[in-house]
Amino acid sequence: MASITAGQPEPQATRPARRSELQAERVRAARLFLLPMLVALTLVAAWPLFRTIYFSFTDTSLSNIGAGKWVGFDNYLSVRTLSSGKVITRGVLVDPAWWNAVWNTFRFAIISVSIETVLGLLVALVLNAEFKGRGLVRAAILIPWAIPTIVSAKLWAWLFNDQFGMVNDMLMSLGLIDHKIAWTADVSTAMYAVLIVDIWKTTPFMALLCLAGLQMIPRDMYEAAKIDGVHPIKVFFRVTLPLVKPALMVAVIFRLLDALRIFDLIYVLTPNSSATKTMSVISRENLIDFDKFAYGSAQSTLLFLIIALAVILYIWLGRVDLGGQKQ
Amino acid sequence: MNVLKTILFYLAVVLIVVVAVFPFYYAIVTSFKTGTALFEVDYWPREFNFQNYISVMQQGEFPRNILNSIVVATLTVGFALFLGVTASYALARVRFRGRTLLLLTILGVSMFPQIAVLAGLFELIRFLGLFNTPWGLVLSYTIFTLPFTVWVLTTFMRDLPVEIEEAAIVDGATPWQIITKVFLPLMWPALVTTGLLAFIGAWNEFLFALTFTSSNSTRTVPVAIALLSGASQFETPWGLIMAASVIVTVPLIILVLIFQRKIVAGLTAGGVKG
Amino acid sequence: MAEIQLKDVRKSYGSVDVIKGVDLEIRDGEFMVFVGPSGCGKSTLLRLIAGLEDITSGDLLFDGKRVNDLAPSKRGIAMVFQSYALYPHMKVYDNMAFGMKLAKAGPDEIRRRVEKAAKMLHIDHLLDRLPKQLSGGQRQRVAIGRAIVRDPKVFLFDEPLSNLDAALRVATRLEIAKLHHEMKNVTMIYVTHDQVEAMTLADRICVLRDGLVMQVGTPSELYERPNSLFVAGFIGSPKMNFVNGQIAQGFNAHTIGIRSEHMVVDNADPVWRGKVVHAENLGSDNFLFVDIGSEEPVLVRQEGKTAIPWGAEIGVRPLIENLHRFDETGNPIR
Repeated sequence: MASITAGQPEPQATRPARRSELQAERVRAARLFLLPMLVALTLVAAWPLFRTIYFSFTDTSLSNIGAGKWVGFDNYLSVRTLSSGKVITRGVLVDPAWWNAVWNTFRFAIISVSIETVLGLLVALVLNAEFKGRGLVRAAILIPWAIPTIVSAKLWAWLFNDQFGMVNDMLMSLGLIDHKIAWTADVSTAMYAVLIVDIWKTTPFMALLCLAGLQMIPRDMYEAAKIDGVHPIKVFFRVTLPLVKPALMVAVIFRLLDALRIFDLIYVLTPNSSATKTMSVISRENLIDFDKFAYGSAQSTLLFLIIALAVILYIWLGRVDLGGQKQ
Repeated sequence: MNVLKTILFYLAVVLIVVVAVFPFYYAIVTSFKTGTALFEVDYWPREFNFQNYISVMQQGEFPRNILNSIVVATLTVGFALFLGVTASYALARVRFRGRTLLLLTILGVSMFPQIAVLAGLFELIRFLGLFNTPWGLVLSYTIFTLPFTVWVLTTFMRDLPVEIEEAAIVDGATPWQIITKVFLPLMWPALVTTGLLAFIGAWNEFLFALTFTSSNSTRTVPVAIALLSGASQFETPWGLIMAASVIVTVPLIILVLIFQRKIVAGLTAGGVKG
Repeated sequence: MAEIQLKDVRKSYGSVDVIKGVDLEIRDGEFMVFVGPSGCGKSTLLRLIAGLEDITSGDLLFDGKRVNDLAPSKRGIAMVFQSYALYPHMKVYDNMAFGMKLAKAGPDEIRRRVEKAAKMLHIDHLLDRLPKQLSGGQRQRVAIGRAIVRDPKVFLFDEPLSNLDAALRVATRLEIAKLHHEMKNVTMIYVTHDQVEAMTLADRICVLRDGLVMQVGTPSELYERPNSLFVAGFIGSPKMNFVNGQIAQGFNAHTIGIRSEHMVVDNADPVWRGKVVHAENLGSDNFLFVDIGSEEPVLVRQEGKTAIPWGAEIGVRPLIENLHRFDETGNPIR
C-alpha cells in the first residue's frame, strides 16, 4: 500500500497543507505518540553525548563534575614551549596508549567480523541443507548466543586457565604444545584468546542471519543449476553469494559497529593487558578509574567520531540499503 | 564419493554442535566440583556436589543480584515496549514529513557506542539522584532497548494489513483505539519476541551496570559474576563462578530454545531488513 | 438519504495525478458502479468519497454539504473491503458491534441491530465464531453485516467479490442486488473491474479510464449508445467487433463497431463474405469467427442450430441500425 512505504513523496510537502480532519487527527496523534520516545532518546542519548563532548573541552574531574573549566583543545592536543626552549606536547592525539587502543580495536573488529562472516556463512550453508536433526543443531548453535557475555568471558577464562585449563590440557595431550601457555595474560596470545571467544559467541548470530538470507533463495534456482550441470562451487559464487549479499552487508555493518565498541569481554577476559585494550576500555579507565574524567571524555568523543566516520564510509562504499527500501 | 561426502557433512555437523555446546557443558561439569577436584581436567562428570550452588546462593548478595537483574530488565522492557508501540505506530502508519529521517536517526542511536554517552549519563544519573539505584540502570538501558524495540515493532507493524486499519477508521476508531483495540491484540507474537530480545539485552548489560552501581547489594548479575572473589584476593573461586554462571544462564537458554523461531524472526527483522 | 456530488475532484500523489478532474452526481438511493481497467483510479475515487484519502482539489458534497475534510466515521458511510478486513481477534458479533461500541451506543440497541443484520444475511448462527473459522463467503457476509449495522446513508463496496470463487461470486452478487432492493434509501457505490458485475448490479455505471470519467449512464445506455471506442470495447461480453481500414471507410468511419448479436449469417444478401476460421458452441449460443479481411476475424452470434463447418465460406450482414461508427480520436459519429 502506497501510504505505508517509507520515503514516499509526501503530498503535504508539495502543496500548501490543507489536511482533512482524518489526516489532521492522525498527524496530531503521531506527534503525540512520538513525543515520549523523542524525550526519552534526547534524555539518554543526545544530551549525554553533548555533555561528553563538552567535558572533553574542560578540565572536569570525577570528584567534582560541576567544577570543570573550559580548556579548549588541551585534552586533545596541547603544545607548550618551556622556558628552556623544550617543546612538550600532550593530549590524546599524541598519546601512544590511545593509538595502541585504536589499533587494537580495529585489528579486533576487522579480524573477528571477517572470520565470523565466513564461518557464519559456512554454518548457514550446512544448516540450509536438509538432514535429520537440523532443528536440534540450530538450537545448539543458539546456546553461545544466549549466554551472557560476562558469563562466556568467565567460562573461557577458565578454559584458558594456564594451570588447570582444559585448553592447555588438551593441546598438551595432543602434543601440540610442550609447555602450558598463559593464554589471557601473555601479550602475544591475549588477542587470540579474545578473538576466539568473540568468534565463538557471535558466529551463531551471523549464521542465523545468513540462514534467513539463504532461505529466501528459491530452491528451483539450485535445481536449474544442477540440471545445467554447473559445479556447486560455481553455483555458490555465482548464485548464492550475490543473492545473500544485501542481507550479509547489513549484518556485517551491525557486527562491525558492535565490535568497534567492544568492552565487556575484554574487560573481564584480559584485564589490563595492553595487547587487547580497546578504545572503550581505555576511555572508561580514564573516565572512572584514573580520575582523568575530561581526558576520558575526549577519548569517548574521538571514539564516537571514528565510529560515525566508519559507518558513513561503509554505507557510502557499500551502498548498503539500511532502510530496506530498494527491495 | 557420495558416502564420503555424507560422512564429511555429518562430521561438520558434529563439529558445529560440539564447539557450540562444549564450553557450557564444561562449565556445568566444573560447577559440580569442589576442592582439589577443580584442578583436574575432567571431560566427563565424576561427582555431583551441589556445594557451590549452596554457597553462592547463601553467602554474599547473589540472590539479591538476581532480583536486581530481574527488576531492572523487566522495568526496562516494560518501558521500552510502552514507548515503542505508540512510536512505531506513528512511524509505520502515519505519513508525515521527516519520517524517513527520524527512522534513520533511531537506527543511528541503536548503533551508538555506549562509552560515548557514559560521561554525560554519569553526570545525569548523579544529578537525578539515581546513582546506585535500579532506576539509574533502567534509564540508561533505554538508550539501546528503545531504538531496537521501535525499529523491530515498526517493521512488524508495517506488515499488518492496511484494510483492517481502514475498517477501524470507518468504524470511527481514533488512532489510540486503533492501537489498543485492533493492533495490540494482533501484535502479541511481535511483542513477546521484541520484549524477550530487549530483556536479554538488559539482563546481559555490563558497562552501565558496572559504572552506575557501587555496592554489592545494588549490582546486577553480570557485574556480580565479574567481581566475584574468593576468600583471598589471589584465589579465583572458579567453582562458585561456574555455579553462578549456570544459574543465570540456564533460564535464558531455556527461554531462547522455547522461542527460538520467534527470536530468529525478530533478529532478522531487526538485522537483515535493517 | 444521500445525494453525492463530485465537482472537479482531483487527487495527486506528489507529481503523479491519479484522479484528473471528476464531475459526477450520484442520486439518492441509487446503485452506482465504478468500472474500468486496473489503474484507472476507480478505487481511489471510492476512497476519496469514503474519506480515507485526502482530496487534492475540487469539492465533494453529501446532500449539498461539502464534506472534503470530514472524517470517514462522520460521513454516514459504511465500507466493504476487498479482503473483508474483519478484525481477526474478534468474534463475528464483536466485529459487527465494534463501530457502535466506539460510538457509545447502548448494549441493548447494539444487540438489536447486530441481530437484525445477522438475520437479514443468514449469519445469525455464526455470531460466536472467529473470522478464521468462517468460509470466504461467510466472511464476506459478515463484512457486509458489519456495514449494515452502522446504518449508513452511503454503502461503499471495493471489489467485494474478487476474492471469491466463480460460483460464490454469482450467488453473492444476487445477495447484494437483493440488499439494494431492501435498503431503498441507501445510496450504494460499488467498484469493480468486471463489467458483468457492473451490468447486472448497477442502476447507473460510471466508466473510468486514466483518472477521467469516460461515460455515465444506465447499463443499457452504455451498451447501446457508447460515446467512445473505449466504452464500446469495455462494456459487453463478448467484446464488440471493431473493424478498421477500408471496410470502415466504406461506412465513412475510421472504425466501425458491431456486436456479435447484431450480425446475421446471410448467404443471399451478404455485406461481407469470409471463411469460418473457428467456431465455439456454448450450448445456448453458437459463435462463429469469420475472416472478412479485417485485422481480426469478426465474431458472429449465429441464430438457429444449423452447424456450419470450419473453413466454410459464408456471407454475413451487420444490422445497420446497430452499427457504431467512430472517428480517428475514438469519438462516435452520429
